[in-house]
Amino acid sequence: MITNCVILAEPQGTGIAPVALELATLARGISEQVTAVVFDVDAQAAAETLAVYGVTSVVSLGDTSSHLPGVPVADAMREVVDRVGANAVFVAQSYTGRDVLARLSVLLDAPVLTNAVNVREDDGGLVVENLVFGGEKVVSSKITAPIQLIAIRPKSVAAEAAPSATQPSVTEQSVSANSQANRAVIVSSHVEERQGPKLDEAEVVVSGGRGLGNADNYRYIEELANLLHGATGASRAIVDAGWVPYAYQVGQTGKTVKPNLYLAVGISGATQHMVGMKGAKNIIAINKDKDAPILQIADLGVVGDAQKLLPRLIEAIRQKTGA
Amino acid sequence: MKVAVCVKQISDPSEAQTIDPTSMCLNRGAKAILDDSDAYGVEIALRLAEVAGGAEVVLISMAPNQEVQGVRTGLAMGATSAVVVSDPQLAGADALTTAKVLASVVKRIDADLVIAATESTDGYTGTVPAQVAALLGWPALTFAKQIELRGSTLSIQRQTEDGYDVVEADLPGVVSVTAGVVEPRYPSFKGIMSAKSKPVEQLSLGDLGLSVAIDEKVLAVNDAEARTAGQIVEDDGSAEAEIMNYLAQIKVL
Ligand SMILES: Cc1cc2nc3c(=O)[nH]c(=O)nc-3n(C[C@H](O)[C@H](O)[C@H](O)COP(=O)(O)OP(=O)(O)OC[C@H]3O[C@@H](n4cnc5c(N)ncnc54)[C@H](O)[C@@H]3O)c2cc1C
Ligand SMILES: Cc1cc2nc3c(=O)[nH]c(=O)nc-3n(C[C@H](O)[C@H](O)[C@H](O)COP(=O)(O)OP(=O)(O)OC[C@H]3O[C@@H](n4cnc5c(N)ncnc54)[C@H](O)[C@@H]3O)c2cc1C
Repeated sequence: MITNCVILAEPQGTGIAPVALELATLARGISEQVTAVVFDVDAQAAAETLAVYGVTSVVSLGDTSSHLPGVPVADAMREVVDRVGANAVFVAQSYTGRDVLARLSVLLDAPVLTNAVNVREDDGGLVVENLVFGGEKVVSSKITAPIQLIAIRPKSVAAEAAPSATQPSVTEQSVSANSQANRAVIVSSHVEERQGPKLDEAEVVVSGGRGLGNADNYRYIEELANLLHGATGASRAIVDAGWVPYAYQVGQTGKTVKPNLYLAVGISGATQHMVGMKGAKNIIAINKDKDAPILQIADLGVVGDAQKLLPRLIEAIRQKTGA
Repeated sequence: MKVAVCVKQISDPSEAQTIDPTSMCLNRGAKAILDDSDAYGVEIALRLAEVAGGAEVVLISMAPNQEVQGVRTGLAMGATSAVVVSDPQLAGADALTTAKVLASVVKRIDADLVIAATESTDGYTGTVPAQVAALLGWPALTFAKQIELRGSTLSIQRQTEDGYDVVEADLPGVVSVTAGVVEPRYPSFKGIMSAKSKPVEQLSLGDLGLSVAIDEKVLAVNDAEARTAGQIVEDDGSAEAEIMNYLAQIKVL
């Protein structure tokens, strides 16, 4: 039986990341007590949000932003796990989540289950579901260790408010920053500005891949996204080629998106791309090759040359909307 | 300086992947290759070694049956030597177990810097590098899209959700690198020839003084909800009309 679950509610901007609410939703479904660990945010404001999702207590680590979170946050979470007697820990499959979970697994000498898309209770233990082969198969697995350390892919479950809000206690816990391992110092931070809605929150995502031919043609993607009030995305191939920044990447190692419409242009549909966009409600794909895997999952597939079709499509939308 | 590069040897991902119904592990193809993700790590290590003026680059790999096919590719690129750990007890090893093996090899060869990829192509837990660092008590500089070594200070550009951070730490340390960070060199003919005679040390768990217990169990593998193909049209010069219709139907326009 899972009685105590600790979740990592990592920061994003000035608040907690939306994925924290997904973790809270999952956690309260299997565990009576849910403790959320927060850092680098206003703890009271975070607690108010988390209360809506049924979190029963909040532990704030204060400001850790001068160091990479892996070491200090994992050290503190280990103390929390011991104190509350947790038997499960949920983090997001994100940069922070991965670094923290990895270190926590060593501190607790317990294995990790990663890339989970669902967690359910079964026979007193937890069964974790993963998608493999680009989402073709679901693998169900179980950890037999006394504590379950699980990383959950963002956007795998919907965040849902609890039937009634809780009143979580908020406690402060200091982090010990003098460990030998805690030497990774953040010297400076650089933000790549982008316009329009956020990639993982947009209702429409227009993505381009290598089939665009060259970096300059990405302007068609930007124009389409702009006309459809959407966000721009990309395959890893063109991120690696330096056409667009990494923040645009959709897929296993990029963002997971679940928009109303995903428009994929010149993207083949590699398994690692598909896991990031298969949850879209509607998929339109434009590809020169009628055998491209992306066409097998598209609701509307157009076999054709993107460079010829995109200018016509942009023109047609302009005419219709008067933009 | 000694740089250890973690290299995973995997089945060719371009071949169809299957899961063995009894062991519930991935079936291994006949041919093992160097995980593409790790080619970046090898390249980075070789460049850092050149800058540092002749550091040793040692490839470390845990693989079934003393596998060396993938390691040879890294040696052909220019690495100095390799250590491969194989043991029947490691079948189905999880990420933490793998990290224990790799960390113990790092100690044994007394490396100052460990380079790994941010995640492997086949298992992609993305936790092994930070687990290795934790086991060694070293910092983990993860998700590096650029890396520099100034004296004994590592400086990386670490990928973040919306840009990058500059992160620094003194050696020893572990760095995980993203793909695309550098262009891996192709092994030259000379490199391929000399790789054949480069030293590869083969170790078992006993040699490392380790024993392992695997606490993870796959229960079932089922088909996921499938998404099926919808309508497919050829662009005869007017396919934009089809797209416009669809956009109207789903009320995007
Ligand atoms: C560990 C790991 C993690 C990864 N993570 C990700 C990830 O997060 N996201 C991701 O996207 N990838 C990821 N990848 C890479 C992935 O495997 C593919 O290599 C990548 O998605 C391919 O990008 P692409 O579709 O743009 O390019 P390609 O596969 O080269 O496809 C280009 C497509 O464009 C079509 N085309 C060509 N010309 C035209 C034209 N004129 N008009 C229309 N179509 C045209 C072609 O038919 C082809 O289908 C990962 C790989 C690994 C190993
Ligand atoms: C579909 C699938 C899902 C899995 N899910 C899990 C899971 O949830 N939890 C879990 O603990 N295990 C899981 N495994 C097993 C895990 O993939 C293997 O145990 C593997 O040995 C280590 O993990 P990784 O490849 O995922 O490492 P990652 O952390 O993704 O690898 C990062 C880097 O570490 C280095 N590295 C990793 N393995 C080796 C190696 N054998 N030799 C040298 N360097 C290496 C490489 O540089 C690699 O790029 C899964 C395996 C599969 C096939």
